[in-house]
Amino acid sequence: MIDVLLTLASGPTPGPMAQATLFHYLIVSALMFGIGLIGFLTRRNLIIMFLCTELMFQAAGLSLIAFSRFHLNHTGETFVIFVLTIAAAEAALALALVVLLFRRQETLDAGVWSQLRG
Amino acid sequence: MTDLINQLPLVLGMAGDAAHASGGHAAGAHAGPVAGQLPSWVLAMPFLPLLACVLCGLCAVFKVRTKLPAVITVVSLAAAFVVALLAYQATMSGGAGAGQYAVVKAWDWINFQFGSQSTQSVVANFAFYIDALTCLWMLFVCGLGAVIALYASEYMSHDVGPGYTRFFVAFNLFVFSMACLVMGDNLLLLFLGWEGVGLCSYLLIGYFYTKPAAVAAGKKAFIVNRIGDVGLSMGIMATFVVFGTVEYTKLFELIAAGKTGAGQDLATHWSVWVIPALLTVGAFGKSAQLFFYVWLPDAMEGPTPVSALIHAATMVTAGVFLIARVYPLYTADPSLTVLTVVAWAGAITALWAATIEMAIFDIKRVMGYSTISQLGFMFAGLGLLTPVGAAFHTFTHAFFKATLFLGVGAVMHGFGGQLDLRRMSGVMWMKGFGLVGIAMLIGSINLSGVPFTAGYFSKDMILAAGFATPGTMIGGAQWVGWILLLTAGMTAYYTFRTYLRVYVGPKEFVPGDDPDLVDMGRHPKGTTLDEHHAHHGHGHGHGHGHDHGHSHGGVADRRLAHRQDFDPTTEEFDPHPPGLAMKAAIAIVMVLSVLAAGLYFYKGLPGGEHGGWVGGVVHASQVSGSQAVVDKAHGGTFFGQDPHKVMYYVSALIGFIGILIAAFLHGPKGWQGLFIGNRQKCDVAPRADRLANLFGPLTKLARNKYYVDEIYDALIVKQLWLTSHILHWFDKWLVDGLVNLFGLMPRGAGSIARKQQTGVLHEYALRMALGVALVLAIVIVVKVGGVR
Repeated sequence: MIDVLLTLASGPTPGPMAQATLFHYLIVSALMFGIGLIGFLTRRNLIIMFLCTELMFQAAGLSLIAFSRFHLNHTGETFVIFVLTIAAAEAALALALVVLLFRRQETLDAGVWSQLRG
Repeated sequence: MTDLINQLPLVLGMAGDAAHASGGHAAGAHAGPVAGQLPSWVLAMPFLPLLACVLCGLCAVFKVRTKLPAVITVVSLAAAFVVALLAYQATMSGGAGAGQYAVVKAWDWINFQFGSQSTQSVVANFAFYIDALTCLWMLFVCGLGAVIALYASEYMSHDVGPGYTRFFVAFNLFVFSMACLVMGDNLLLLFLGWEGVGLCSYLLIGYFYTKPAAVAAGKKAFIVNRIGDVGLSMGIMATFVVFGTVEYTKLFELIAAGKTGAGQDLATHWSVWVIPALLTVGAFGKSAQLFFYVWLPDAMEGPTPVSALIHAATMVTAGVFLIARVYPLYTADPSLTVLTVVAWAGAITALWAATIEMAIFDIKRVMGYSTISQLGFMFAGLGLLTPVGAAFHTFTHAFFKATLFLGVGAVMHGFGGQLDLRRMSGVMWMKGFGLVGIAMLIGSINLSGVPFTAGYFSKDMILAAGFATPGTMIGGAQWVGWILLLTAGMTAYYTFRTYLRVYVGPKEFVPGDDPDLVDMGRHPKGTTLDEHHAHHGHGHGHGHGHDHGHSHGGVADRRLAHRQDFDPTTEEFDPHPPGLAMKAAIAIVMVLSVLAAGLYFYKGLPGGEHGGWVGGVVHASQVSGSQAVVDKAHGGTFFGQDPHKVMYYVSALIGFIGILIAAFLHGPKGWQGLFIGNRQKCDVAPRADRLANLFGPLTKLARNKYYVDEIYDALIVKQLWLTSHILHWFDKWLVDGLVNLFGLMPRGAGSIARKQQTGVLHEYALRMALGVALVLAIVIVVKVGGVR
């Protein structure tokens, strides 16, 4: 049983996706996270910035699922389901906040919110 | 009042069987028979006023708007007076030996050991030392208290409500404190009463608390008295240190034996003059002697009944009482240093105050200064080794000065608060003021020392002592005598100056400007005051046609309102004569001050051959511990004659000269001015005015009270003001500055650090990312490097 699992993890996967290993998944996840981070840092539109944070979330989720699959258990998947649920609720809240902020200043530019300057 | 009577057993029950009597005087030479055991009902003397104080306080709680507080006060003080009479009877009936007393304890107050020996203890119980001197004082404190409360019940009637209740609460508290002072069996209880009367004096002087002058006068009295109290409290401490006790019983035993508490010889001990000197400072403060006198004239800001009771008859005599109470301590000093100082201080104060009185125009302040002057006589009497004379003068002065004050109060009450003697004349002939005029005449002849009045006999004893006491005992006793004799003449002059200006002569007046008092005398033109009051159906002192609602704390506003609403075209002011209560009170004190003269001829008591009844009373009290010294104070002569005999004529002559000068300068034309006066109007007395101009700056000096207040202001008040401002600056900039500096340091550091907070969202995100990258880099380097 153990050796079967080890084979699955290290060796190429059978079938049409024989070339995709854990490494590939992690690369995609890192790229998604990097894109999200760069987007968050470079864009000033609040909605786009929010989308970028979602992207970073999903990147983390993807690597969790990949690890879950790699270890053949459900821990990572369970995590992702929780993260998704909370992210959905948080998205509702965050968008509502964005709407409110928009009403205040009639713009989506994040740069106008700088009253916390010390 | 049934509740009061019902509670009486309660008060007495409080004492329970705690009362105990002590033996007679232990002084070998004066050991009299053992005093009769005094039952605990004598405790009613102090506790009746306290009960009345509590009841008046309850009146305040239940917002009583009647004269009930006055009724409570009069009844309880009258009852206390009766108890004082009974206590006198009981004290004197136990065989008329010298120095007999009883101690009646209410409860333990201070009573503890601080060591194993019997001398190492502090005992100051809430107990009362009752001897003849105590009874003498309590008789006139309670008696006059009751009469003056009766007077005040009407005098204060314009303030019925919270103010009225407040007045009587303080009034009763005052009598209770005075009782503690006079009756206490130890110096600490005396001190408690001493401070209590000071407090009540403050409360009552500042009664019209919306009037800045009254508030300032109250504070002044309080503060000046505190200065004297430093001396008194140090004296009490020194007494404890030296004698190991503050209880009179043990103290007098030690003094009689001539020993300190440690068994040293008292006559050569340092304390023999230090303790009396310290106590004297306290006495000077309370009795307004020497440079402490400044508070008393200002105390005239209080309501007149207060001036009569506290600042003429009772409280100010506390200093005299203190010295008389511990008189054996004063005479224990073979050199009699402190008594010499007391004699001189009294004489100088008497003269000093008399010169001011001769110049000022405010009749109430004339009486105030006159009190200072007469207290000077009493102190001189104590200093001149005639405690009998001092006590007798205190006693007679209490009655005739109360008469004078109540008479002045009636005028003030009737004329809208007018007190200037140039603005009133012929008051005696005005409707309803006859009795006031007669009372003032009786008070004036007493004060002037007209023969066969009480004041004449009591003053003579002191004057005679000035010449009889040898200069070897009291340095310069002769000079003290001469100063007092001169002052006696001046007293006669200023007393009759007031009398002849205000009470006789042509009828004229200008009303004063006190809104409440003016309201009592105003009425529409074309009616008389009586008709006006009858028509409006107002009781005395209730509104008088003007519904100003008796709001309290609005005196200043009402004063303004009064000036605006008084319309001289439709309204008139008539003097408002005293009512039944005031007349009754005036009549009682007037009769008492006449009757007091008779006491001089009562020789029934041992020692009464010298000073009559009061002589006997003082002889029977603990003052007799000084008898050996007092007996030596004879032998001086007045131009080769026995002063005690010749002084009757000399002082009568001096008094008459004073009165004649007053009549010549101020008397109205005709018989009222003894046919030598020429005054025709109230504000012009041609001769007096010319004389005053002749003295020019001197008159001005005296009229402005020698600028003593201004000198104190410059020397003490201003310096204190300056010092306190410098200290304030120091506190603000150096002490506070140091504290603020420590606050500023983190603040400055923070102002640098908080620049990091830019408020730009992307910067925070970037920093976060860089932070994560950094952590990541470290992990990679450490982990991966470590693996290799």
